This record gives sequence, C-alpha cells and structure tokens, in this order.
Amino acid sequence: MKKSRLPLAVTVLVLAFFYLPIVILIVNSFNSARFSSSWQGFTLGWYAQLFRSPEIWAAVRNTLIIAVTSTAVSLVLGTAAAFALHRYAGSRLQRLHYTLIYTPLVVPEILMGISLLMAFVAAGVGLGLFTIFLAHVTFCVSYVAMVVLARLQDFDFSLIEAAQDLGASPWQSTRKVLLPLLLPGLAAGGLLAFTLSVDDFVITFFVAGPGSTTLPLRIYSLIKYGAPPLINALSTLLLAVTLTAVVASQKLARLKR
Amino acid sequence: MKRHQRRRLQEWLVSLPTLFWLSLFLVIPTLLVFAIAFRPANPYGGIGPGWTLETIRSLWDAGYLAIAWRTLWISLLTTVLCLLLAVPTGYFIARAPEKWRNRLLMFVIVPFWTSFLVRVFAWRSLLHPEGLIKRMLEALGLAGPQATLLYHPAAVVLVMVYTFLPFTILPIYAAAEKFDFRLVEAARDLGARPFQAFRRVFLPGIRRGLLTAVLVVFIPALGSYIIPDLVGGPSSEMLGNKIAQRVFVDRNLPHAAALSAVLILAVLAPLIAVLVLQRKKDRADIVIGEAP
Repeated sequence: MKKSRLPLAVTVLVLAFFYLPIVILIVNSFNSARFSSSWQGFTLGWYAQLFRSPEIWAAVRNTLIIAVTSTAVSLVLGTAAAFALHRYAGSRLQRLHYTLIYTPLVVPEILMGISLLMAFVAAGVGLGLFTIFLAHVTFCVSYVAMVVLARLQDFDFSLIEAAQDLGASPWQSTRKVLLPLLLPGLAAGGLLAFTLSVDDFVITFFVAGPGSTTLPLRIYSLIKYGAPPLINALSTLLLAVTLTAVVASQKLARLKR
Repeated sequence: MKRHQRRRLQEWLVSLPTLFWLSLFLVIPTLLVFAIAFRPANPYGGIGPGWTLETIRSLWDAGYLAIAWRTLWISLLTTVLCLLLAVPTGYFIARAPEKWRNRLLMFVIVPFWTSFLVRVFAWRSLLHPEGLIKRMLEALGLAGPQATLLYHPAAVVLVMVYTFLPFTILPIYAAAEKFDFRLVEAARDLGARPFQAFRRVFLPGIRRGLLTAVLVVFIPALGSYIIPDLVGGPSSEMLGNKIAQRVFVDRNLPHAAALSAVLILAVLAPLIAVLVLQRKKDRADIVIGEAP
C-alpha cells in the first residue's frame, strides 16, 4: 500500500512555521541594524543597553516579587486541592471542586482579567502589586493542582499504610514518605506556576496599577512605542529563562517515574 | 464522631481553601460582571448608583454587530485552519516510530512554552513593511511596495493560527495515538480509496480529539485581544479590543461589563453545543478533561 506523503509534508511545514519567527527574532537581537531586516553586523549593544535601563530592572523586580509570592501561595492551595480531588474522588463536592479548578484553564484570559478588575473596583481595593498577586494565584492554583494531581494518581498509597503499620504517626508518614515522593510533582507544579506568572500579560494588564509594571507590561509598551532590537534582546533573554525553567520542570516531572 | 462524618469533615477541611479562593476570585467576579452591566457609569471611571438598561440597549448597534460578526468569523476561520494543519501533523506524529514520537512532540510543545507576547512581537516584525516576509514577497513579485501585510484581518488569522496550533495538535495526536490503524487497513482491503478510508474511518475514530481541539482553539480565539491589538489595527478589531478600550480609553466599566457578558455567553455557547452533540457517556470528559 502506497503511503501518502502529505502528512510528512504538512508536519515539516508546521514545524518550520513554528520556529521561523523565533529564530529570526534571536538572530536579530544580535543585529546592529536598528530597523532593517538585513544583517548589518554582530553586536551585543542591545543587551548592554537593556542592562543599563532602570525601568527594565524595576519591572524585573516587580515580576519576581509577584512570581515568588504567587507561586508559594498557589503551591500550598493547589497541593491541598489536588489531595482533596484525589483522596475523595467521585464525591459531589469534589465534582464541583474539579469544575471550579478546571474553569480558569478554559476561560479566555481577558474575561478573567476584566472580572477581577470589576471585583477589585467594586470592593474598593487599590490596584497594584497586591491585586496582581491575587490574580496570579487565582490562575496558577489550577495548573499546580492539575500537575500535582497527575503525580498523585501514580502514587502508591499503600506505602503510607505500610509506614503507619510500622508505627509512624500520620504526620511522620506524611513528612517522611508522602512529601519526598511528591516532591518532583511539587517542583514541577511550582516551576509551571512561576513561568506562567512571569509570562502573564493580559490578566496583569487589567489589574495592574501605577508603579506595578511587570516585565510583560514593559515589553508591551516597548512593542507599542519602543525600539524593536531592544525587544528582540529582551525577548531572547526571556526565551532562555522560560526554556530553562520548562526543561527543568519536564526533567523533574519525569524523575523516578 | 462516626468514621463517615470524620471523613466528610476532613474532605471539607482540605477542599475549603481552594473553594473559598475560587469563589472569591472567580465565581463572584464573574457574577459581578453581569450585575455591573446594569449599573450606570460615573464620570470618574467608576460605577454610579442605581440601575439602568441603557448600556444593554446601546449594544444593539451596527458598529458592535460588525465587531461581533468579525470576532466570530476570525475565530471560526482560525479553528478550521488549525484543524486542517493539525490533523495531518497529529496523524504523522502518531504513526512515526516510537523513538521519534516524543521528539516530534517536544518540537511541537517548545514554541508554545515561549512567551506569548514575544511570539506575537516576532510576527509583528516579520510582517512589518521592512520585515523579511514583505521583502521576500516583493522579491518574488507577489507583492507591490505599497502592499501592507500588517494591520489586516489576514495577519490576525495568521498569528492566531500560529498561537493556537500546538493546542490543536496535542489532543488530535492523543486521539490518533490511541486509534487502531488496522481499521484503516481493513477499510482499504475492502476497497476504500485512501481518502475515503481517512474520512470515513480515521476521522470518526478520532472524533473526541477533534472536538477537544475545536474547543481549545475556538474559545480562547473568541476572547483574543493582544493579537488583533498588535498585528490587526482598527480594521480588525475584535470583541476583546472593544472591552479593553471601554476600560482603558473610555473608562466606562459598565459598558465593558456588558460587552464581557456577551463574550461569556458566546464562550458558553460552543460548550453547550458540544454537550448536546455528544453522547451522554463521554460528555464531561471533553468539556472538563479527564475527570479523576
């Protein structure tokens, strides 16, 4: 039977389509031309200019503050949620719980942004780093819960029973058996939450206030009003950071599986 | 206390933190959107006292209808193009030797892990009048120097396909990987032409993957905002852009809320359509993923 070449051709095309813009962006970040797409010599000047910009550093600082705090809180909430979803699977409460956890994964970001903005305005909460933190926790929880839940489904709970049969207290068996085995899942969930928080634009845009500019917000205003090569350089750096985090989280998720 | 009751109590204790958080920051804000749509705006960008139907009435306007229609067709076209590219790709990856499958999958996933804003920006520079694509088209004689690639609905569709394609390939691949390809061979042995076997055996076999793919593209596409904002320009505005304009330019929150309420209903429609179309058995799994 003759096999069609079409699927191969489409796959090659799709992969080229995926990587072309990214490769050109990286290459152009080292291009000394300011506006043109033609190559005019290698430079690290855009990176140097980037490192000298105080606005970028302020944005990095805000981004990190929000990412670290929202990752920490969403890890705690998400892990508890995953535990409940797994342990009491099938109950009516958990079905509701699951729907709630799942909703942020399908709702368009703009709806989450606008509804949170409405809530903050209605409640009289001033917009700033704190409101961004609240918003980020709200969408990160779902991702953490899903990652940890996947890990829990592989977990052999008879290990806990064995530990308790051997005289471990519930606290001891949790700390010495469950947590170490769950750690790769927690790390993967945490890294995912961190990456999503660092990367989020739409929701942040709606709930940010004066002085709480994060890196994606800064990139957006650079795209709208700034110099393209500077964004190329910043994007390349961001890409390197995201990819490192993703590769690390993939490695962790697969660890000892 | 009875064992059963203690279990219930423990369940509530572990579930309460997220139930509380998501009620406060997801459920109540969504309900608020519907409520604020019926409130008047105040001149300071806030919400005025009393209730009004004025905002809802003002939505029935030719300008809005044009934008709603554009939002719909851009999202539909994006979904169709994504499927056309994703089905052959998902098929190819599922049929590749096992060693290659994971690598190919990695290649599909990696671009979707890079910053969304950065990817849109990359396209913005590619489509720029000074950009690579424009130059190539000019060199090939396919575009005149006056042609604009950016700020056109076609640019929006292109970048949306780029953004959503990985999300389409993954569920189709997952379904194709579980598909028993011997069925296609059997159909061929029974005299079906290759395309017939593909359409009448393979496509129905991956039906669930296709439905998931449609939902994960169509729903976020309806809420697109950055892509039309950065590569679309005024002639390609979508509902999302109008919502952002009402918030950031006009500072009219009730108006933004009314538009958002429309968007929420538009997002719910395809979900409900799938629920109705699907057989009872696998309804929930498609809409809310594989339940634990």
